[in-house]
Amino acid sequence: MKMSYREALREALREALRNDPRVFLMGEDVGKYGGAYAVSKGFLEEFGPERIRDTPLAELGFTGAGVGAACGGLRPIVEIMTVNFSLLALDQIVNTAALLRHMSGGQFSVPLVIRMATGAGRQLAAQHSHSLENWYAHVPGIRVLAPATIADARGMLAPALADPDPVVIFEHAQLYNLEDECPADWRCDIARAAIRRPGDQVSLLTYGGSLPKTLLAAEELARDGVAAEVIDLRVLRPLDMAAIAASVQKTHRAVIVDEGWKTGSLAGEIVARLVEECFYDLDAAPRRVCSEEVPMPYAKHLEDAALPQPAKIVAAVKEMLSA
Amino acid sequence: MNPVPYDKPFACRLLADMLRIRRLEEKCAELYGAGKIRGFLHLYIGEEACAVGSLHALAPEDNIVATYREHGHALVRGVSMNVIMAEMYGKAAGCSRGRGGSMHLFDAATRFFGGNAIVAGGLPFSAGLALADKMRGRSGVTACFFGDGAVAEGAFHEAMNLAALWKLPVLFCCENNFYGMGTALERAESQTDLCLKAESYAMRAVKVDGMDIVAVHEATREAAGYVRTEGKPCFVEYQTYRYRAHSMFDPELYRDKAEVEKWKERGPLHNYSARLKAEGKLTEDEFLALDAAAQAEVADSVAFAEAADWEPVADLLRDVHTPGGAS
Repeated sequence: MKMSYREALREALREALRNDPRVFLMGEDVGKYGGAYAVSKGFLEEFGPERIRDTPLAELGFTGAGVGAACGGLRPIVEIMTVNFSLLALDQIVNTAALLRHMSGGQFSVPLVIRMATGAGRQLAAQHSHSLENWYAHVPGIRVLAPATIADARGMLAPALADPDPVVIFEHAQLYNLEDECPADWRCDIARAAIRRPGDQVSLLTYGGSLPKTLLAAEELARDGVAAEVIDLRVLRPLDMAAIAASVQKTHRAVIVDEGWKTGSLAGEIVARLVEECFYDLDAAPRRVCSEEVPMPYAKHLEDAALPQPAKIVAAVKEMLSA
Repeated sequence: MNPVPYDKPFACRLLADMLRIRRLEEKCAELYGAGKIRGFLHLYIGEEACAVGSLHALAPEDNIVATYREHGHALVRGVSMNVIMAEMYGKAAGCSRGRGGSMHLFDAATRFFGGNAIVAGGLPFSAGLALADKMRGRSGVTACFFGDGAVAEGAFHEAMNLAALWKLPVLFCCENNFYGMGTALERAESQTDLCLKAESYAMRAVKVDGMDIVAVHEATREAAGYVRTEGKPCFVEYQTYRYRAHSMFDPELYRDKAEVEKWKERGPLHNYSARLKAEGKLTEDEFLALDAAAQAEVADSVAFAEAADWEPVADLLRDVHTPGGAS
């Protein structure tokens, strides 16, 4: 069945709310407004204000309340409007949610799901456009997901809710309107990377909103006779290094496409892991296509120039192959 | 002063618990000097009436959220002195397996949700615990302890608003010892009447003498009853004083010795025991017996911690994730 990424998320949430009375959704404008990205439209009528909770503009407060509610036996889904706003809640996510199990010697788990929009491409300028997934992927104790397909938008929530520990889900703002076939069996794991396009000359490793761009690049490369393999990381923490290594052992080349700033990026982590674990499989130094080191500009042409684009990915691959 | 309104066993139980905290922490300070306990160690000495009086007003189904100055709260809640001391030592037998230390005592069995060392970090968390109780139809009250320093944090205001707005059963227990580390309340707050802050969220607020255990117990019992029956939060400010330094690294440059001495005249232990003696509820021999019992318990806890095993380094990575999670 054809559906949008937004509809896939909505179906997943609806199913969770119907199946488990412990599940509830809270966040800014998730109820009456219908969700900043309209994901929870209609939920207030269907599930009522107890389970579809509009919150004050208090990211730290309601995210911390989500942590407590999870410890108290509920299965909260906290929606934070964008990753930039999540910085206001970082204390509760890192200092409490991620650390509580360990600090308590294994006595208290935090089965909390946090969803948030991430990424640029809509001319929302510097305070609504960044990709800070790697900030979260840095922290032991949380699992970080980046659904990039309709199937993952539909399938990742259930295993995230079943996970006894905190899970942070990043929904790239450019993907909400993406439409595609949703497979009949959309059930999936939240542990492994996926091959989105097989190839044997270069591995393109990416996630989230950069996946469609990377697939476009792979198509263009194919027209030029280069068989690129596209790996969708899906899970940013813990990284599925086995899948990454298997691809690189086949292609011997890796380009990482990551919308985060290059310095201190997830792409940097992957390069480091490749060098540590797959050094002798590599025929060339790995390359990174990341965002330029500038706050996201408003003007369209500058925003485009700041972000990874298919042409930049193609160029990086060609440079690598011709070196 | 009105007579102590409790029968002898309960009246003495309150005194015994204050003595247990005092003797435990005096020993902890000594063990810190000896290098047995490391990290930060924040002593509660002087403030014992707050934890003892308030926790005895709560029920087993209630949740307790405390700060990094929580040895007394854990002990009175029912965590054994042995596992508290073992935690201070960093031993695997500690109540947090040696992963937490002094600032992170936890105990699921007594619904003691820790030892949070982020100032005001426990407030939003408490609102969530209370939300879970409310949504699950349980009658528990979540008692959240924090100091006067916490009221400057955004988390305080966000949590107070959420709790009042959503009618969450949280008992906000503000232990106002008049200093956030070394910064006096009037140097940190434009409004030093903390109850007004709670009232600005349309929340009931009560101010109580935190050096008087009877006043603490009565006020907390009344407030917890209100939270439980009305299903609304309540704010209680316990005015108290920390006799010792903020932590073991604090040279106390920010306050006068005379001020400390003045507060010591209001010491919760000697004033309460004197009151019980004057009312014929306690003899000197009984006092000495309670004190001896507390000291014996401390000695036993030290022996327990000394004999306990260190966690093998091979287990370093345990308890980051819950076994059985996604893999």
